[in-house]
Amino acid sequence: MAGPEPSLTRREVYERERRRRGAFIGATSTIAAITAVVVLVPRAPRWEQVKQSFFDVDLLRESFPDLLRAFWLDVQIFAWSLPLIFVLSLLVAIARNSRSPALFPLRALAVVFTDVFRGVPVILTIYLIGFGIPGLIPSRAWSNPLIWGTVALVLSYSAYTSEVFRAGIESVHESQRAAARSLGMSSRQTMRSVVLPQAIRRVIPPLMNSLVSLQKDVALVSLIGPVEVLRRAQNQTSLAANFTPYVGAAIIFLGLTIPCTRIADHLLTRERRRTGATAIS
Amino acid sequence: MSTPIKLALRGITKSFGDTAVLRGIDLEVATGEVITLIGASGSGKSTLLRCSNLLEPIDDGEILLDGFDIAEPGLDPDPLRRRIGMIFQSFNLFPHMSVVDNVAIGPRKVLGVSKDQARESARELLVRLGLESRIDAYPDQMSGGQQQRVAIARSLAMKPEVMLLDEITSALDPELVGEVLDVVRDLKADGMTMLFATHEMNFAREISDRVCFLHQGQILEQGPPEALFSQPSEARTQEFLQRVTDAGRI
Ligand SMILES: Nc1ncnc2c1ncn2[C@@H]1O[C@H](COP(=O)(O)OP(=O)(O)OP(=O)(O)O)[C@@H](O)[C@H]1O
Ligand SMILES: [Mg+2]
Repeated sequence: MAGPEPSLTRREVYERERRRRGAFIGATSTIAAITAVVVLVPRAPRWEQVKQSFFDVDLLRESFPDLLRAFWLDVQIFAWSLPLIFVLSLLVAIARNSRSPALFPLRALAVVFTDVFRGVPVILTIYLIGFGIPGLIPSRAWSNPLIWGTVALVLSYSAYTSEVFRAGIESVHESQRAAARSLGMSSRQTMRSVVLPQAIRRVIPPLMNSLVSLQKDVALVSLIGPVEVLRRAQNQTSLAANFTPYVGAAIIFLGLTIPCTRIADHLLTRERRRTGATAIS
Repeated sequence: MSTPIKLALRGITKSFGDTAVLRGIDLEVATGEVITLIGASGSGKSTLLRCSNLLEPIDDGEILLDGFDIAEPGLDPDPLRRRIGMIFQSFNLFPHMSVVDNVAIGPRKVLGVSKDQARESARELLVRLGLESRIDAYPDQMSGGQQQRVAIARSLAMKPEVMLLDEITSALDPELVGEVLDVVRDLKADGMTMLFATHEMNFAREISDRVCFLHQGQILEQGPPEALFSQPSEARTQEFLQRVTDAGRI
């Protein structure tokens, strides 16, 4: 059983041995690190207090379903914002890339839009729009902070995301346009069928990162009123005089953001491999 | 001289900033004629081809396609450009489409042919160019020679009346040059009108009806290949051919 099979080359045997040793070292060091944490952390001064006010298991169990229900609102805001951001930022990116002189006003507008909403903190935009606009509109139906909070989020994120799209569009080589135009395709057809599909493919990894931060920033909308998970956790925390509900909210966010981050990493690695860059160990 | 002129360039000038790249080009290409453009790097061959296809706006002059000035300011270039095919040195296939879609995209988008029909015609073209086994492949899975043949098929799908070829074998490994040049031979046999910039002097000699030597944005000398290659009348042409010979390209 043991021992190299005769079909293996010397190099394969070496590689295999190296992998085995790597796995062994990795496992040992992981176990050592976990042991250290388990042994040392409870000995830290005031650990009991920390455990009680942040990791109260009973309180967590009690508050969790309620938090999850509140989180549904976060999910809804997210689900509404996402397609709006996608469309708006793509339009802004295309406007900034247009070359026709007739479209100059549109181009200028797109520049102002990105400069303003990228330069103002998201939270400030949410306050300005979320409190400001309902004050201007007398109609009750339109004074919902949920709507304006979402609008603010969409505007802020579209400004960032449009820059990502713009970089993607510019990364498509001029010769691709030349090839399309030489077939007789118009500049609009070229953009739609040749440039955008390539640009979008290239920017998916960075877009995934904005997606993760959007998932978190949805919670900012709570600052102008809507009771989503952060607000809910805040209420519970002050009722129970214990921070565990915050930890519960954090766990809920992590349940969503960690998988997304992993997917983003995976896509990025795949894109790197596709473009021919290999990692050097 | 009864063959009609397909493409005529009259007094074409073109500058990039302060550098005059084309300095008064006059050239007539008869229907079915194959003209090669030779000349040193930077002499303006690519610019001349790109201008002929309106990919690059000219500063002055006329570009007559069947006697009609397509460079007339204010004309929509798109419907005119489709009548002129162009093949690039770097193939420029669309990497996100399969081979058959690369060939079908022009007729679909520009001529409004249905997807199925465009693919069917694309398939026929690809078979004709010996690429039937690569129809569903993607460009980055193919050799340079295959990619360039797909690029030719993509251009032919638009049924161009003239083809502009810009050093279409320069990016290829030597052993792949032949398969692409074979396609060009077939095109000539089919009577395609071609304007062909190349560094392949042997091939230029074989295929051309006429050779033009470009020097600093002007056609310094032109004539049938035998005459121009064996007895160039201009000193500059002699010098250029000598350099090419020394480099072992002839
Ligand atoms: N877009 C551009 N902007 C500025 N200068 C340019 C541009 N395109 C070409 N040129 C310049 O124009 C001159 C002619 O270039 P062109 O590519 O037409 O030469 P060529 O004969 O095709 O050369 P090669 O054999 O190297 O392909 C060169 O000096 C080049 O630097
Ligand atoms: Mg060139």
